[in-house]
Amino acid sequence: MKVIYLDNNATTRTLPEVLQKMAPYFTEFYGNASSIHTFGGSNKHAIEAARKQVAALLNAEAEEIIFTSGGTEGDSTAIFAAANAFRNKKHIITSAVEHPAVLEACKYLALRGYRLDIIGVDEKGRFNMEQYKSVLDEDTAVVTTMWANSETGTIFPVKEIAELAHAKGALFHTDAVQAAGKIPTDVKAINADFVSMSSHKINGPKGTGALYVKKGINFMPFMRGGHQENLRRAGTENVPNIVGFGYAAELALKHLPEYTTHVKPLRDLLEKELLAQIPDVKINGDPENRLPNTTNLSFGYIEGESILMFLDEYGICASSGSACTTGSLEPSHVLRAMGVPFQFAHGSVRFSLSRFTTLEEVQTVIKVLPTIIARLREISPFKKD
Amino acid sequence: MWDYTDKVLDHFKNPRNVGNIENADGTGQVGSLICGDALKLTIKVNKETEVIEDIKFQTFGCASAIASSSVLTEMAKGKTLTEAAKITNQDIANALGSLPEAKMHCSVMGMEALEAAIKSYRQGGKPVVFEQAQESKVVCQCFNVTEETILKAIHSNNLKTVEDITHFTKAGGACGKCKAEIQKILNKVLACEIPQQKQEENKKPFSALTIVEKIKAIENILNTEIKPQLNKDGGSIELVDLNGNVVTVRLLGGCATCLASQMTLKNFVGKTLQEKLDKNLEVKQA
Repeated sequence: MKVIYLDNNATTRTLPEVLQKMAPYFTEFYGNASSIHTFGGSNKHAIEAARKQVAALLNAEAEEIIFTSGGTEGDSTAIFAAANAFRNKKHIITSAVEHPAVLEACKYLALRGYRLDIIGVDEKGRFNMEQYKSVLDEDTAVVTTMWANSETGTIFPVKEIAELAHAKGALFHTDAVQAAGKIPTDVKAINADFVSMSSHKINGPKGTGALYVKKGINFMPFMRGGHQENLRRAGTENVPNIVGFGYAAELALKHLPEYTTHVKPLRDLLEKELLAQIPDVKINGDPENRLPNTTNLSFGYIEGESILMFLDEYGICASSGSACTTGSLEPSHVLRAMGVPFQFAHGSVRFSLSRFTTLEEVQTVIKVLPTIIARLREISPFKKD
Repeated sequence: MWDYTDKVLDHFKNPRNVGNIENADGTGQVGSLICGDALKLTIKVNKETEVIEDIKFQTFGCASAIASSSVLTEMAKGKTLTEAAKITNQDIANALGSLPEAKMHCSVMGMEALEAAIKSYRQGGKPVVFEQAQESKVVCQCFNVTEETILKAIHSNNLKTVEDITHFTKAGGACGKCKAEIQKILNKVLACEIPQQKQEENKKPFSALTIVEKIKAIENILNTEIKPQLNKDGGSIELVDLNGNVVTVRLLGGCATCLASQMTLKNFVGKTLQEKLDKNLEVKQA
């Protein structure tokens, strides 16, 4: 059965042309980039070329990019480094809808004596700027908020958040894992101090990412014990992955306009048709300011895992914020922070498209989903009164 | 990705006995939208032989919840009430081949709904919402799981860890604050001790309080035990009146429009007040 992959916010396919660039670095140019001999040492050039490619996607300078093992490492590194940059500031601010990699790093610092403020969002998942302003003070060391939300696609006003943070002398980190490659991510324009991103969300290999650290920032490494990455990230470089990530970043930048011309129209069509054909559906997120590839829909009176299992019958891959899909017993923290009622939170389904999604694939979903929803509602004891 | 057996998938995709029997002889319900799964069973019973002649279900939940309900209807159909009452959650799981550990509570839900449906028949057919024994103490506030339910799950499934108990009953699955208490219950069982009924603290009984003290006591429970849970669902609650043992409340916000508000009132608000204050209290919506 042909797979209809609409779960691109979870991960993406490593493109064959990306893999092709990586392949020689496994079996042919396998040397250690730190070696003195030409055979290994020349791999440095491959790493530096990739650094430029990744820097270009973020409009950064190559020397501001540190290669990491992925988004999670970037988040932890940035948050700890930012907190460590101040001797006396003991306050951190984040938002309620962050990825666990950010939330847990902040909570860890809270256990170590930092004050932590978690900023809420409204029903569309929009950042509560007033609350943020009210807690931000001279004691604030770090403000960390995502650029765009993985579940709903809602985009945060990172430029304004950064500006306010800087006015109080705090450092600003943003998790751009979902934003990079889907919308323009100009780190200079938003004036971020730290930006983390991941390779596998932009058609690169898994297990690799990048952390942007603005020039002049007092940086503390997270991984220690080696001179790699200019003493900022120890550990033998994963050359094949870095090469693949670099090329994926170049392709992502080149194809970025397709998110406006191709992906967004398909997402809008999918959403419009599903809303028209199925009663009691709600959009989760901010339709005015969202990633162009993401739609998160809640189908009332039924449960998300059941919907996904039926979609799976047709090879359609999506995800859900329902409790049952994760085994956590509680629905998604993002939807709950938005105040989505439980009966809708349990029935949420996220479709995340890519530039490879076709009209035909979207039409298949439009064709099969209304029947699936009707069938499950038939079984459900809850109905619209 | 769950490892579901073919039987689970079969019952999920082709559920048997879906629906609602009109003029049912017994109706049993369990769970709520807040929990993420809910099951309603209706049964038709032969008055002479007490054989379940027909049984239908409606389920809100994941694949394993739907499959558990479906296979349960097949198991119960044709059995006498006495035989059917002996069906355990383990029987349901066995009939499906197996269920993932984290989904075992789906089979428990089936057993509970059947118990409620049989009780409903015995009581003349009025729908019965499954309730845990009143005297038993609520251990997990998030999912309203009592000590009795936990003990029952430990004994009938031979559970050995707190994690197992969470998988079977959901207790401890949300905020996790009660995990230490679950561990204590488990330790008692593992040490082959008979858990003792918790002695009520020596305090003035609710019925002996003045009206002002009563209202304060109710407000206190609403604020500390009930509101925080409803807030999570975007709702809230306020006390409107107290007349004898009848507590009138108003559900606010998300709760006011929630489809499961009646269940919330009865299962959660009413039960919490009864357990914390006085078992004779009744809750009414303003």
